[in-house]
Amino acid sequence: MIDNSDAVKLLDSKRDNAVFVATMNANNVHFGLPTVTSNEKLDFPISGAMSKASDVALGLALAQPDRKILCLDGDGSLLMNLGAMVTISNKAPKNLVHVLFNNKVYAVTGGQPIPGGEQVDWEDMAKSAGYARVFSFDNLEDMTNGIDEALAAEGPVFIHLLITPQIENTPVQFRTPAKRTVHTAIADLPETLGVKR
Amino acid sequence: MATQEVILHPASVVAELKKNNISHVVWLPDSETNFLFQLLNNEPTLDLVPVCREGETMAIAAGLWVGGKRPVVLIQNTGIFEAGDSIRGLGLDINQPLVMLVGYRGWSRHGLTRDSAARFIEHILHAWGINYYLIETDDDADRISLAIEEAERTSKPVAVLVGTEFGS
Repeated sequence: MIDNSDAVKLLDSKRDNAVFVATMNANNVHFGLPTVTSNEKLDFPISGAMSKASDVALGLALAQPDRKILCLDGDGSLLMNLGAMVTISNKAPKNLVHVLFNNKVYAVTGGQPIPGGEQVDWEDMAKSAGYARVFSFDNLEDMTNGIDEALAAEGPVFIHLLITPQIENTPVQFRTPAKRTVHTAIADLPETLGVKR
Repeated sequence: MATQEVILHPASVVAELKKNNISHVVWLPDSETNFLFQLLNNEPTLDLVPVCREGETMAIAAGLWVGGKRPVVLIQNTGIFEAGDSIRGLGLDINQPLVMLVGYRGWSRHGLTRDSAARFIEHILHAWGINYYLIETDDDADRISLAIEEAERTSKPVAVLVGTEFGS
C-alpha cells in the first residue's frame, strides 16, 4: 500500500503546470495535497458535491485542451458516480488523468468499509469503461518507477493507487478548515489559466 | 392517435444558443429533445457533452466555466430531482452563472397535471431560490437570452422550462 502523503507528494513533484482537481483524502488538510502542493494557484479542491470531482475535471480538460488536468479522486466518491468513467472515456480528452486513491473505506466519516471494497477491480473497470491507458500501483517504489510513463501517456488515463487508509472521525463542522477552498479556486483559477471573460 | 401540435422548433433554441455564444451543451436526452439532439449534432459551433446521469451536468459545466467556456445544461425535470446535490454544491454554492434548459415532462395548460415530475418541479426551484422562465412557442425562445443574461448578472443558476415538445 502507498501512504496518502507520499502519493500526493510524488504526483505534485511531477505536475509541471497541471491543474489538480482534488477531493476527499487526496485533498486532506493534514495529509493530502494542501500539505505538499508546489503550485497552490493551480489546485482546484472540490467539496460540497461528493463524487463530482471527475466531472469537474472533465469540463476543465475540455475547456483547456493544451493543459494537463489531474483529478485526484476517492474510491467511495467514484462509486457514487461510476457513470462518470464512461462520460469521460466517451469525450476522450487527451489531457485528462484520473487518479483514484483507493483506500477501501469512507475515510472521512470514520472508516466504514465501502461496498465491494474487496472485490471491485478498478483496473478492469477503467479498461472496460474505455480509458485510453490504465495503470495500477500498490507500492511507492512501483509508483515512483512508473509514474512518468503514466503521466506522459495520451489520455484519458486512469491511475489506480492502493492507499493506506487514514481515518477521520471529526464531524465536518469541527475540522480544520482548508486554506484553499473551491471558492478560492473559482475566484482565482480562471485568471491563472489566462481566461478572459 | 392524438398528436401534440408542434409550436416550439429546435432551430429556435439553437439560434438562441448561437446568438449567446454558447460553447457546450451538457446533456442527457429526454423525450422532449430528440429533434434538438439531431440539430445540435450537426451544429459545428456547439459541442455536445453527453452524460450518464444528470447530476454530472452541473459539475462538467462548472469545469467548463472555470476554464473559460460558456456551457448550458439540457436535461429533463426528473433529472433536476436527481441532480439536487450538484445544483446545491456546484451551482448555487459557487455562484455559477449556469442556464439549465429543463424539459418540462408532464406540463399541460389543460386539465389535471397528473405527472408528479411536473407538479413538483416549480416548487423545487422556488425552494432553491432559482428563477425560471417557461418557453412553449418559438415566440418564447428569446427567453433563453433573458435567462443567460440573468444568470450572468446575478451569478446564479437560472432554469428555462421547456413546456412543449420540440418538433422537427
